[in-house]
Amino acid sequence: MATEFAFPDTAAKGSTAAQEFQTEAMSLSIGPSHPSTHGVLRLQMELDGETVTKCDPILGYLHRGDEKIAENMTYNQFVPYTDRLDYLAPLANNVAYATAVERLAKLEVPPRCQAIRVIVSELARVSSHLLGLGAYGIDVGAWTVFLYTFTEREKLYKLFEELTGARFTTSYTRIGGVARDIPDGWLDRVNAFCDQFLPILDEILQLLTRNKVFMDRTVGIGVITKEQAIAYGLTGPNLRGSGVPLDLRKDKPYLGYEQYEFDVPVGVSGDCYDRYLVRGEEMKQSIRIVKQAVAKFPAGDWYATDAKKIFAPPKAKILTKMEELIQNFMLVTEGPQMPAGEVYFEAENPKGALGFFVVSRGGGVPWRLKIRSPSFCNLSILPKLCVGALVSDVVSILGSLDFVMGECDR
Amino acid sequence: MPAPVDVSAVIKQSFPQLVERASADHPAFSAPAGDVPAVLAFLRDSHGYDLLTDLTAIDNGEDATPRFTVVYHVFSTTAHTYLRLTADCSDDRKPSIASVTSLWPGADWHEREVFDMFGITFDGHPDMRRILMWEGYPYHPLRKEFPLAGIETPLPDIEVSEETGTKVLPAPMAGGPFVTSSGEINMAKAEPRAKDESWNEKKEKPL
Repeated sequence: MATEFAFPDTAAKGSTAAQEFQTEAMSLSIGPSHPSTHGVLRLQMELDGETVTKCDPILGYLHRGDEKIAENMTYNQFVPYTDRLDYLAPLANNVAYATAVERLAKLEVPPRCQAIRVIVSELARVSSHLLGLGAYGIDVGAWTVFLYTFTEREKLYKLFEELTGARFTTSYTRIGGVARDIPDGWLDRVNAFCDQFLPILDEILQLLTRNKVFMDRTVGIGVITKEQAIAYGLTGPNLRGSGVPLDLRKDKPYLGYEQYEFDVPVGVSGDCYDRYLVRGEEMKQSIRIVKQAVAKFPAGDWYATDAKKIFAPPKAKILTKMEELIQNFMLVTEGPQMPAGEVYFEAENPKGALGFFVVSRGGGVPWRLKIRSPSFCNLSILPKLCVGALVSDVVSILGSLDFVMGECDR
Repeated sequence: MPAPVDVSAVIKQSFPQLVERASADHPAFSAPAGDVPAVLAFLRDSHGYDLLTDLTAIDNGEDATPRFTVVYHVFSTTAHTYLRLTADCSDDRKPSIASVTSLWPGADWHEREVFDMFGITFDGHPDMRRILMWEGYPYHPLRKEFPLAGIETPLPDIEVSEETGTKVLPAPMAGGPFVTSSGEINMAKAEPRAKDESWNEKKEKPL
């Protein structure tokens, strides 16, 4: 333009009017106990008006020293601690941990055990995503979703309770197997749940997918590009929401995931809305996997029968047979015997790739156990992502990253 | 670019100083501490290992030399393979290693965590603070000499602790049965009778 105008409006940067209306920088601390931080996360932010200019997440409020604890107990004793990582999907954590340690022992669990583990992992994924979705709805002002998703989670909890004896802290796997075989008729009830769940899930998603308010709060907000997602080590739905089709179940199959047919949903723009869509679709795919696993559920052993130094024999045998009694005694006092070595295994958990790096010097106790928690890595992008966003967007971004502090802080 | 099938040969050719490391699963190499950023940059740019999935450290024991080993796990999002790179920190007293935050911004928090837990400093890290423990905490908990139960320390909030005298106490289980001390990894040896920490009529539980 040829002529320069002196804009009276404040948006015109550099004009005297704009300087007059410049707000003072303000620091704001959200959390550690705030509904939108989903646990005990604190965000120390600096604001310019409504815009965030700096965001410093402060972690560690839930740090319990799980890695230290792991160095001081046998492999099986650590299983209950894995429940408390991502406590919305304890079953999936149990499975990831057990699989990692079995990799160290070069132990293959039988097909039936693998199928049980696949079913519980996928149900855990549904359970976790349901909570993530419900809580996200609340974050952006859609309360109803939460009520629907919790009704469904309750049904899942009933199934978990029947299988493991606990609703929440399941501690279901053992190194080399699972705690017990599935109860009679459980698979039918799983199938029945899947059948009734799909139409309800569609109903739940309909509450949000074309909801004007929800879209206003999420579309184009918190955009993570492909390159950024990879550079910050994002995994799981957050990475796939940015359009990277990485799913360890497909790309690095474990537990026989290669026998199941399922699709990996990916986002296009990498914003909060895409991450929401990816999670919604993932639940459908999980149900698809569960139905396949139930349909061709293998017979046979549900634990590694050939691993005498790793998996305890059934209780009836312990109480009646001498050798089994000794075996059980050694397992309890000394722990499952592992060869020396280093192993790193990542499982595709609801929140992303949950990795266990196990360093063994032989014996029943790990020398070092590192937990690579997906929430920790996913959150590390916050200082970058929040800058330039509005305060209300921060709430939306936090919800869309779907993290769990129990896992982040370990 | 996808990772080549035999990545070991390629790496050895480009970096003859790398030593293969015993591993139960993925290809693993041990590099001199100074070469880590160069090797990782080479892996990332020429062989598609674009995702730094994990960065951690191992304490090899109080008397071991080298004491601290930093471990990197990189993953290729195209070829779907992992690779483990380790590097020993040269100084056992004041361990340090070059930061890789310039290669992966995601390494930032991992390195802060390793610093927090092991006391290994990362040269060139933009913001070397603690991350899980609070600022001013005097210990590095994942070092082997640090006891499982913890050590008595002042509260994070100095003003409160000065006024009230309250402290962060070790876990009440310290010294109890079945609680191993660091380095003592055999459960049988940690059993009360073996440690002679059994409590009975003659020997009362220590208060």
